[in-house]
Amino acid sequence: MKNLNRRRILSIGGLGFAGAAVTLAGQAQGNNQNPPQPMQKMSQNGRFADKVVLITGATSGIGEATAKLFAKEGAKVFFCGRREALGKQVENSIRSKGGDATYMRADVRKETEVKAFVDACVTRYGRLDIAFNNAGVDYPPNPIADTAIAEFDDLMNTNARGVFLGMKYEIPHLLKVGSGTIINMASIGGQRAFANIVGYGASKAAVIHMTKMAAQEYGKTIRVNAVLPGAIDTAMLERVERDWKVTKEQLVSAYPSKRVGKPEEVAAAVLWLASAEASYVSGVAFNIDGGGLG
Amino acid sequence: MSGRMTQTVALVTGGSSGIGRATAIAFAREGAKVVIAARRVNEGEETVRQIVEAGGEASFFQTDVTQAVEVQALVERTLERYGRLDCAFNNAGSGKPGRLIELSEADWEQEIAVNLKSVWLCLKYEIPAMLRSGKGAIVNMSSQGGILGVPNYGAYAAAKGGVAALTRAAAAEYASEGIRINAVSPGAVETELWANAPAGMLEQVAASIPLQRVGQPNDIAEAVIWLCSNASGFVTGQNLAIDGGYTTTN
Repeated sequence: MKNLNRRRILSIGGLGFAGAAVTLAGQAQGNNQNPPQPMQKMSQNGRFADKVVLITGATSGIGEATAKLFAKEGAKVFFCGRREALGKQVENSIRSKGGDATYMRADVRKETEVKAFVDACVTRYGRLDIAFNNAGVDYPPNPIADTAIAEFDDLMNTNARGVFLGMKYEIPHLLKVGSGTIINMASIGGQRAFANIVGYGASKAAVIHMTKMAAQEYGKTIRVNAVLPGAIDTAMLERVERDWKVTKEQLVSAYPSKRVGKPEEVAAAVLWLASAEASYVSGVAFNIDGGGLG
Repeated sequence: MSGRMTQTVALVTGGSSGIGRATAIAFAREGAKVVIAARRVNEGEETVRQIVEAGGEASFFQTDVTQAVEVQALVERTLERYGRLDCAFNNAGSGKPGRLIELSEADWEQEIAVNLKSVWLCLKYEIPAMLRSGKGAIVNMSSQGGILGVPNYGAYAAAKGGVAALTRAAAAEYASEGIRINAVSPGAVETELWANAPAGMLEQVAASIPLQRVGQPNDIAEAVIWLCSNASGFVTGQNLAIDGGYTTTN
């Protein structure tokens, strides 16, 4: 009923909708009600100064690239991952360049560890502004009947339940600040049904759905979006090449851009979605895949 | 001017008001030279005036984007004046309400021409100009009307859904040649058209949106700028909703 009412509101006199749509009808006259912003030099540096960013699974790949990019833009970055040696490496790498980052070991499959990780972020940096629920795992492909139950469970526990746990414990802190944004790591595999990855695909589809629900539930205060990478040059892609016995060229042949993406290209999208420039973007499933499949 | 788009030439159709004007100004703020196309001379020139006054560079070329010869001339004049074309926001469009059974054939054809054919014509002439430099980024104006089932805007919705499909096809066709093509689908955006809205309407619409506000032209402008920037280098064929979460509720 709620949706019907909303739709009715949007169609009254065509105006709610027309406001969205008919912005340049060519007939409208009158004063500009929204004077353009004064032209200012836009600094690419320090866009996230004073912001506290939490990232799960930032010991490698896209998470690592995103932690580094946020730190470069001035954010304080609190991140986790299961591999301590790698976590320390990423932390040192960021600090050696003058950035502010703290690694803490945490496994997103474990409720107590997720809660402790989120709380520790707020203890360390005093608040939470941006959360990137990125941690995820993959397994070699198999048809459903041959898929081990333990693998399916691990995919759902890490990729889907891990994102749920992240949001569950991040949201109260973001509400306390009174604004904030969450970006969840989905995948093109959660949007398109690729055969032989039932657990991975289902877990990522769940992330997209949870993202849209969260956007509605906390809309006024917290923007929630998902990123959907395609083939990105990470350790996961190397595993895919090995396990699926395919080359990079074969993998990207279905994508219009015919190339593998860089982790930094996904990180750039995460930063944009987290920025004030995207302040009216919420509930979207955003592909960074070189086009076409989505 | 300094910014993300120095040495860049950007074309904005429908740049005489609303989202188009805001985007033209945002391109200029980022250092781009901006060509504004629209039918209304005074309003188009006003966008140029605002940009120039702030220290930017812009030109207005009166254009009806439903006419192939005019779109062709627009791109030719852009190349003559600035030597290249890097970014384009194919934004011009309009929507007229009406029940499907009451639409005339002329109404239908007009909606499709203004909102869909115009985007194809822009692509047809912009892409060759971008291929000359081997790189380019285009953003097409779609709408949440192309995603949702909204009554009384059937022809408009068909055209805007068509823009999303055209965007995907065009992205697939030119991705390997260095041109990225995306679409934006705004929700309710507060433009001049709201001036005549009944009292309380804006608040009522805002209440139905998860973010509890309607969009501002600059919300869309910033997304267009990002989609045209180097930061979005692996993003193509997308239709980005900028609607405060509204389409998730349907």
